[in-house]
Amino acid sequence: MKVLLFGVTRDIVGLAALELESSASNAPGTVGELKGYLKREFPDLKGLSSLAIAVNQHYAEDAITIGPEDEIAVIPPVSGG
Amino acid sequence: MNTERYDRQIKLKGFGPHGQEFLAQSRVLLVGAGGLGVPAALYLNAMGVGRLGLIDGDQVELSNLHRQPIYTEADLGKLKVDCLSRFLKQQNPKSSITVLDTFLHARNALEILASYDLIIDATDNLETRYLLDDACLMLDKPWIYGALHGFEGQVSVFNYQGGPTYRCLFPKMPEQGEIPDCNTLGTLGILPAIIGSFQALEAVKVLCDLEGVLSGKLMIFEGLEQQSRTIAFKRNPNRAIPKEIVAENYNANLCDSGSEAVSYESYLRERNSNQTALIDVREISEFENGSLPEARIVPLSNLKGTLDQHNSDGKAVQELFGKDTSRATRIFLICKSGPRSRVACSLLSQYFPEYEFAWIEGGMRSIKTTSR
Repeated sequence: MKVLLFGVTRDIVGLAALELESSASNAPGTVGELKGYLKREFPDLKGLSSLAIAVNQHYAEDAITIGPEDEIAVIPPVSGG
Repeated sequence: MNTERYDRQIKLKGFGPHGQEFLAQSRVLLVGAGGLGVPAALYLNAMGVGRLGLIDGDQVELSNLHRQPIYTEADLGKLKVDCLSRFLKQQNPKSSITVLDTFLHARNALEILASYDLIIDATDNLETRYLLDDACLMLDKPWIYGALHGFEGQVSVFNYQGGPTYRCLFPKMPEQGEIPDCNTLGTLGILPAIIGSFQALEAVKVLCDLEGVLSGKLMIFEGLEQQSRTIAFKRNPNRAIPKEIVAENYNANLCDSGSEAVSYESYLRERNSNQTALIDVREISEFENGSLPEARIVPLSNLKGTLDQHNSDGKAVQELFGKDTSRATRIFLICKSGPRSRVACSLLSQYFPEYEFAWIEGGMRSIKTTSR
């Protein structure tokens, strides 16, 4: 499962994209679980109260299920101008 | 209308004389005359938008010039809106330019936005974006969002023909300090020009009823990879039209105990009658471009580290911020417009509960006569 990172999430994780081993039994199966997983792996992400997730380029609520073939984008608000 | 001036546009299939007429009849407000606002204004004005409003209370600073290229060193200290409108009037004498040398806030937003067909978000902060989103929804006006983070930019059109709004993507305004701004992160001069130009293109599409408006779509542009990605999203059915604009909703919420906001005037009164200390929490480059003579610089970006150090060393506050602070009855914090000093205030109140801290509302922006 490919997870693309944008804005401040890219700075926090230090990478533009993550490849998750989605065959593992503890792999996140929904958008909500993925958020929880990322916040455990990268605790600084916990500080972000508004984080949009897109699955295959469509905005996705927490209940949406995700699988190995999906491309996820993690999108925080950006502030500059 | 001078058809020769717009000949190449009128010739363009899919735009034509109708498109030109639509632009001439349009009223567009640019909120911000900085990195995004300058390119958007230049092109909208050149293309023939009939009426442009410019709102920004900032003055031109040396650190603006790399990304706001119509301003020159001769403009330093002058109001951006005055310099920009002077340029726009020369560029296209037919267009009507209205200048507002203030900032958009909860108390003036509805009245100002009401006179325009379309609003362009060329701001540099999230508070104004949430305000724009709510006010435009109340007034049923579309607005064009543009924002930057490092080499990245985001663009979308919100509230267009009942389409999604900013809060449909990011329902809750982030707390202060969650999302860094350009003053802290820095930005490459050309990046805002690219995003501001995308915003001008979207403006034309909205105003001239063209296809492909970025409504319900968030475009993320990545400058290093030269890639853009578009995310589709829908109107949140729970997104209700606000009944009123409440100022407190647009001050980023902070769980701050004992941190108090004061105006610059009340700071001055207190400074004259009591022992006070002032800490400027902007970046050093901003500080060097103009600061209050009594201020000591401790950038917010270094503060956390400094405080963690304090925790392990048990240093007293005066060792961190100078001996003046040992006698101070209250320590004041200042930044460009308020948000960073508010965060600093909250942080310091936690570390030094024995001291009283306050932050200056409106920051350096609220000081009319600068020390420049």
